[in-house]
Amino acid sequence: MNLPVVVNDVHKAYGQVKALSGLSFEVKPGELFGFIGPDGAGKTTLFRILTTLLVPDAGSALVDGLDVVKDYKAIRKIVGYMPGRFSLYQDLTVEENLNFFAGIFKTTVKENYHLIEDIYKQIEPFKNRPAGKLSGGMKQKLALSCALIHKPKVLFLDEPTTGVDAVSRTEFWDMLKRLQHQGIAILVSTPYMDEASLCDRVALIQQGKLMDIDTPLAITNKLPGRMFAVTSPSMYTLLLELQQYTRAVSAYPFGDSIHLHVTDDSFNISDLETYLTGKGQKGFGIKTIQAGIEDCFMFLMEKHHAHV
Amino acid sequence: MIILFGMPIVQVLLFGFAITTDIKDAQIAILDKSNDYMTHEITNKLLSSGYFILGANLDKDDQIDKAFRKGNIREVVIFEKNFARQIETEKNASVQIIADASDPNMANLLFNYTQSILMDYQRNLFKDKKFPLQIQTETRMLYNEELKSVYMFVPGTITILLMLISAMMTSISIAKEKEMGTMEVLLVSPLKPFQIIVGKVIPYVILSCVNACLILLISFFVLGMPVQGSLIFLLAETVLFIFMSLSLGIFISTVSQTQQIAMMLSMFALMLPTILLSGFIFPIENMPLPLQYFSMIMPSRWFIIIIKGIMLKGSTIFFLWKETLILVGLTLFFITMSVKKFKVRLA
Amino acid sequence: MPMSDIQQSTDVRETIIYVRDLVKRFGRFVANDHLSFDVYKGEIFGFLGANGAGKTTAIRILCGLSTPTSGQINVAGFDAYLETEKIKQNIGYMSQKFSLYEDLTVEENFTFYGGVYGLSRKQIKEKTTLLLTRLDLLDERKTVLKALPLGWKQKLAFCVAIMHDPKIVFLDEPTGGVDPITRRQFWDLIYEASHNGITVFVTTHYMDEAEYCQRVTIMVDGRIDALDTPANLKKKYNAGSMNEVFLRLARTAKATGE
Repeated sequence: MNLPVVVNDVHKAYGQVKALSGLSFEVKPGELFGFIGPDGAGKTTLFRILTTLLVPDAGSALVDGLDVVKDYKAIRKIVGYMPGRFSLYQDLTVEENLNFFAGIFKTTVKENYHLIEDIYKQIEPFKNRPAGKLSGGMKQKLALSCALIHKPKVLFLDEPTTGVDAVSRTEFWDMLKRLQHQGIAILVSTPYMDEASLCDRVALIQQGKLMDIDTPLAITNKLPGRMFAVTSPSMYTLLLELQQYTRAVSAYPFGDSIHLHVTDDSFNISDLETYLTGKGQKGFGIKTIQAGIEDCFMFLMEKHHAHV
Repeated sequence: MIILFGMPIVQVLLFGFAITTDIKDAQIAILDKSNDYMTHEITNKLLSSGYFILGANLDKDDQIDKAFRKGNIREVVIFEKNFARQIETEKNASVQIIADASDPNMANLLFNYTQSILMDYQRNLFKDKKFPLQIQTETRMLYNEELKSVYMFVPGTITILLMLISAMMTSISIAKEKEMGTMEVLLVSPLKPFQIIVGKVIPYVILSCVNACLILLISFFVLGMPVQGSLIFLLAETVLFIFMSLSLGIFISTVSQTQQIAMMLSMFALMLPTILLSGFIFPIENMPLPLQYFSMIMPSRWFIIIIKGIMLKGSTIFFLWKETLILVGLTLFFITMSVKKFKVRLA
Repeated sequence: MPMSDIQQSTDVRETIIYVRDLVKRFGRFVANDHLSFDVYKGEIFGFLGANGAGKTTAIRILCGLSTPTSGQINVAGFDAYLETEKIKQNIGYMSQKFSLYEDLTVEENFTFYGGVYGLSRKQIKEKTTLLLTRLDLLDERKTVLKALPLGWKQKLAFCVAIMHDPKIVFLDEPTGGVDPITRRQFWDLIYEASHNGITVFVTTHYMDEAEYCQRVTIMVDGRIDALDTPANLKKKYNAGSMNEVFLRLARTAKATGE
């Protein structure tokens, strides 16, 4: 059986700007694979190459064993693609859009309904509404249905949750997890770090380079040192003080606490307590926590000097 | 930048030269039934005036119709038998002027020029004679006895409208898909470029045909345009022109990245030259030679000839085969180019 | 706990935005349904809600871009019905969608917007140098915006928005799509602005950013369903994070598909 996706040292530049620099990785059959990275990391470029819309400058890529340059026609028959922005027909209704996409892939909605049933049920009440008049969350669901209706072997979802509210985002990922049971390999790109933990494996991308690729758990386990969450009644001063704390590698605000990253093995929480008390902090709290993907992403960014 | 400044400049130059209602080198035919010194003198005077050039020398009356149908001849000047002797003995002879009035303004002008040359000749000839002599002119405005300008404008208008609807609408359609992002999704599917193109064209074929029928109906019933020739032939040629315009539109679409570019191309590259260079309003013969050659690639020019031919002159395929073939050729050309230029990838 | 405790003082807080019973109707559809809230000077005020909840409509009214159907609204001391031009002169605006002119250089963008807000050449020059130095981007003065990474552009856009020292700056999802480090640097800028007395009115989809605000409102179906400090909201809804609070409230929205 062919691997759903194989990428080998792919490069792509737009004029002076290098979008992808030597990317290599593989996706396993039936995997829910996430590409995590901010805008400009190269996610869309990568997806466009894999869906045969762009040709790499160097390197090669295979989708289901087919070459993206030579066998593009064959690839286009077996992949499902949901581009970064809503790309369905705004003036066709929900139902019409679905029928259209079923038609061009020479299948019918009935044939593969079981694949999209879960998702479609949620928008079915609106099936006669023009797609342009749906809410962001509904549009997503429709686009996903249209990408699935022909039972693709590999599904490419380019930032499907961007700009969508938190509720719809959660629902969307629930749907993806259920889809996994169908044996379709799903590649998703997203700038939201918290969504990484929902994938089987993730690739952390920044400025066209792969910083790491592994299961979310492995990535967070790989982070050297320890992570602490520090709180205090005066958060702003706490932040400044922690940023000046030489024994820590980094101090970043994370919602209601500050994540402090320490790689020094001889470090003790009591050292920090002493430091903070010395600065006049009262009523602070220090907890040891497991690092998250975002912590790791930022650590890797610093390591690769990849931030500006 | 080029479009913003270059286009207007080019257009102004082009049209400055093209738009002239002066007569120059209009093709006429002479049917000289006398062939005497006087008719030869008059003929010479006509042909050396700069307004006319000799298109054909006719021998018989029944050749006149064919000469006009062929399309080049604008006017036929007929000298009656024994012209010189008539003048000398009876002081009176006649010249018949038949003009192709499917372009009534042109016909009128030609007639006036012809007549003034004749008058001039007459004056010179008899300047020292005392009694009046006359060269009588009989005129016939062929195909358009009443010199209705509508006969000139309607064929042109039909052409412009069909081209507008067909070419411009399709030119936006593919560009719109690219802009909206739906093209991306269409590409990543089993659809072949040919299927996508045909899929976009078909609704416009239907629309354009309906439109064409409406336009023809209105021209006939409301504006009073005759249809001397075969109606079926007219419809067939119209459908051909529609296909030609659609393929031109599609071609523009495949090379435009946005709807705006498509619109600008259609507007400047199609609309204005079509109106001004196709012989719709301003006769082609009056334009400088380079522009005349340029107008040869304007499909509208050929279609106007076809329409006028069928509607006003009752011409058949026998006379219009050349123009028809040109349209067929252009259609095939644009379709081939469209398929070739259609990008199967985003970049 | 919010970050901006540094400027919390014991003085009576000055209200800079005053909204009572704001209603905005489009035909029969009620986009904003009797909204009432105050925003205090120097506050970082978070405005959350699902897409379609009515956030953008409300913001447009506060920016003087749209007239309310009814209600009392006062922004930076000016009435939202009659003095919209004055409002616009005293606020700044930045969103993920609206950014600076890509074909102009950094400096040219500053000059342009400075001019729009009536700053003198001298003021523009000073401000530009000051802000670029703060961002450590002085070297990029003459760089065309197109060539800069997104994170830099967003930070520059924010600086341009506050260049004329507005009383309030409205930020519409300013950190969308930006990498996590740049996001935090952006919030450093927000804190500073707030510290300098500029009120910050921000909407965001990142729930952790909601924590950085002093107070937060959550809009659902055109109404305000929550208005309090993040700490109080978490307590009230027995939630461990603002994300949970949001999910709990937003899920109650009517499933209209709108």
